[in-house]
Amino acid sequence: MITTLLAAVFQLLLVLCISPLISGIIKTLKARLQMRRGPGVLQSYRNLFKLLRKQMVMPDTASWLFDAAPVMVFATAAVVGLLIPMITAQAPLSLFGGVLAVVYLLGLGRFFLALGGLDTGSSFGGLGSSREMTISSLAEPAMMLAIFTVALSANSTNLSEVARSAIGQSWRFLAPSQMLAFAALFIVLIAETGRIPVDNPATHLELTMIHEAMILEYSGPYLALIEWGASIKQLILMTLLINTFYPFGLSTNWSGASLAIGCGTYLLKLLILSTLIVLVETANAKMRLFRVPELLAVAFVLGALALISTFLF
Amino acid sequence: MNSFPAGEVFAGGLAAYALGALSGLLLQGRASLARRLGCGFALAGAILTGLASVSALTGPAVQWSITSGIPLFAYSFTLDAVSALFNLALALVAAAVSIYSVGYMRSMEKNGNLGLFSFFYNAMILSLAVVFTASNVFLFLIAWEVMALTSYALVTYDHESQESRNAGLLYLIMSHVDTGCLLLGFALLAQGAQSLDYSGLRAAASHLSAQQQGWAFFLFFLGFGIKAGVIPVHVWLPAAHPVAPSNVSALLSGILIKAGIYGMVRVFLEFLGVIPPWMGMAVIAVAVVSAILGVLYALQEHDLKRLLAYHSIENIGIILLGLGAAMMFRTSGHPQLAAVSIIACLFHTLNHAIFKSLLFLGAGAVQHSAHTRNMEELGGLIRRMPWTAFCFLIGAIAISGLPPLNGFVSEWLTYQSLLAGFGTTRSLISLMFPIAGSLLALTGALAAACFVKAFGITFLALPRSTHSEEAHESPASMIAGMSMLAALCFVLGIGASWFLPLFDGMTRQLAGAGAGPEMTLAGGFVISAGVARSGSVSTAAIAVLLLLIAFAPVSLYVWKARLRRVGPTWDCGLPGLDATNEYTATAFSKPLRMVFAALYKPRREIQKVFDVSPYFPTAIHFESEIEPTFEKRLYQPVQRLVYWVSTNMRGIQAGSIHLYLAYIFVTLVILLLFGARP
Repeated sequence: MITTLLAAVFQLLLVLCISPLISGIIKTLKARLQMRRGPGVLQSYRNLFKLLRKQMVMPDTASWLFDAAPVMVFATAAVVGLLIPMITAQAPLSLFGGVLAVVYLLGLGRFFLALGGLDTGSSFGGLGSSREMTISSLAEPAMMLAIFTVALSANSTNLSEVARSAIGQSWRFLAPSQMLAFAALFIVLIAETGRIPVDNPATHLELTMIHEAMILEYSGPYLALIEWGASIKQLILMTLLINTFYPFGLSTNWSGASLAIGCGTYLLKLLILSTLIVLVETANAKMRLFRVPELLAVAFVLGALALISTFLF
Repeated sequence: MNSFPAGEVFAGGLAAYALGALSGLLLQGRASLARRLGCGFALAGAILTGLASVSALTGPAVQWSITSGIPLFAYSFTLDAVSALFNLALALVAAAVSIYSVGYMRSMEKNGNLGLFSFFYNAMILSLAVVFTASNVFLFLIAWEVMALTSYALVTYDHESQESRNAGLLYLIMSHVDTGCLLLGFALLAQGAQSLDYSGLRAAASHLSAQQQGWAFFLFFLGFGIKAGVIPVHVWLPAAHPVAPSNVSALLSGILIKAGIYGMVRVFLEFLGVIPPWMGMAVIAVAVVSAILGVLYALQEHDLKRLLAYHSIENIGIILLGLGAAMMFRTSGHPQLAAVSIIACLFHTLNHAIFKSLLFLGAGAVQHSAHTRNMEELGGLIRRMPWTAFCFLIGAIAISGLPPLNGFVSEWLTYQSLLAGFGTTRSLISLMFPIAGSLLALTGALAAACFVKAFGITFLALPRSTHSEEAHESPASMIAGMSMLAALCFVLGIGASWFLPLFDGMTRQLAGAGAGPEMTLAGGFVISAGVARSGSVSTAAIAVLLLLIAFAPVSLYVWKARLRRVGPTWDCGLPGLDATNEYTATAFSKPLRMVFAALYKPRREIQKVFDVSPYFPTAIHFESEIEPTFEKRLYQPVQRLVYWVSTNMRGIQAGSIHLYLAYIFVTLVILLLFGARP
């Protein structure tokens, strides 16, 4: 009981602390790859710190929903952070919800954020909400198919069970079904975190933006909560990807040494995945909005193939 | 609980409904009194039947029977666990709707005959309760028909509008097709039966040949499917539900369509005996199509109540996913899994009854005060009708299947049963389960998108017309009815792990295995699918965590007054932001309209009126519509065929008595020829 509680508090702090770092690393890596100096990996922390102390301007058309949205985005992301295995195979509170709870809790945050976008009364908010809900609803079936492939081979939707069964078969990630599922989930990760080629996190060009359009009216602490929540969500999806497919180094007991190894490998794996994301972002141009469904259809087909190949191999 | 006289209390409830109907009939001239008595008796009936149902859900089944003197026909009632669950859903919805109606019907006093309305209202609830409780085929069919006729009368209550009359006619025709199918189906089933009581049908199930079983399945699936609003026999539903008064819409979408589900559960899981696997697969296939097409059509609706009606089709699909899976698991010899699927199916039935009636009541409150159901004319209601908006939001979250409310729990159970189905066979059929699961995910995500639209456009930002500008909060009784249902969404969601074991008796009856104790872990705090290592979830814990670790400290910091200042929304430098800058419902669903253009076949027409240059139009006329595929491709040919046949039949109807005598003679000769053959 006490260990679980301590583990939960520790993981919560871990999630809150390193998620801006990962965003920062991705930004810096991307800048370097494009021959720019970039802002430095700690810039995300500085942004959050500054935003949290600023005064915010509330649009005069907004209702209480505008206030609820950032808090819900942040809260759902933080709760999800407790349900997934990060450095230990046993996630602190994984009994309280498996992968379905993860997906639907993130959905709850998005639901409120989209309403927050509509609440401002400006066309930008509606535009962002409409596009965000479209893309996420098309990404969902692909995500589920890929997740089901993993869950079915682990015989559980509980993420700790999934990680444990992956540890048991250390070369499993070479199976065709796992590789296809990984590819599908990677495309979903790109779409859900709003990265090129689906969305561009660095732009405020009205024709192309999705996530940024939705949160255009937010400022100060609310903006900080949304940005923070978004980077937690990104960390969670990345963790989901690396720990279900490549569970190396996940600690299975509570000894100091294995926890240290767990921490080290976790950060290393995150770094590798960040590099992969940066490569994809730099090598591609942003897609037209109505090409995105085709990309997500590819992810769906990959997920379906992954499922079928569990049958064949 | 054993000493609780469930049968007597239930009969008392039925009597209360009957009194309500009678009072309406007698008080036709006195609208106000008829309204109060009608709602009061309905509420009393709901409370009594609800109490009896709760007791029968956990306790033993209650039976009582009154002989009628007519052979094969007896007034026999059985309140077993399955009946109790449906009656409980009916009672909860009827209670909330009756409270709501006290205020809602006041505005109806001026136009129309409120006494008659109250008569039909109570009679419909009474007939529904009898449908759910009857255990004799005759009694069931009579109640079924009364239910169809009373609901027809309520749908066409506003009979001066052409739209209501057309919708009512369509509903009446479809209802009778469905009753016809049921008659034939029961005739097939009853062939080897000793009596027309359900026990007789159950005993006769083994006498059916495979072919008879197949035909019976087809007839019942069609008959009950029409009532449930399964695609492609759904067309009456989005026509009839929106035109009815909103309290009736809530009953129709909330509970009346569940009569179809009730029938399917009874027949497929009890009367048909051991069924071949293709029946379960057929149910799952139809379920997936209904769920996806239902939500896709809902997305393109801008009439708030039609949108909700299409969502009923979607949710019927989700309910049938559980039923289809249960049918397959029972056949393949996995009673434990079948039990989980049945719980998924019936818990979603209960949940949908609650949040759908809540949403219809909310839509009714909007229509009541803003006088329109067109979302493009609404907006900004969250400030004018805060309680209604809050209740509608709860319903929207619940129907989108988001945690920690009740919709999430039943969708989670559906996912679990589908995933567990993967291991039940080694053939390629098992792929069907995860693929159905992923399409359920698509449905859920599209439903969330649709309710962002429905809530966001209707309630948020600025009002789009003077109607919505002048809207006002509803009377207290309407808010009370909605709040009751909203509270139930919370209770059934967060408390799900405590309620699910109550379904144990029901699954024992239907699947032959209970799933009670395995369904909860950690002292009742966590829901588990009961199947070994399948996963677990705790809505209670999620709710506590959301409140505790993030919500409280964060909001304490952020909601300090010092940190905030109100300013105008960025208007792109234009002079002042008004409602014309807002996103409309049409615009919101545009991306999905383009993605699914192959299905919708959208058509639009734009006409610009301008003086000097086309870049400065003085007026724009915009029209956009999607093709009603089923109406156009399936129903219009049938309609044309019926017209063609009846036109051609006119030739033999010459009106001369001699001719008719000749027909009779010819028929007699033909019959004798056939009959005389050895």
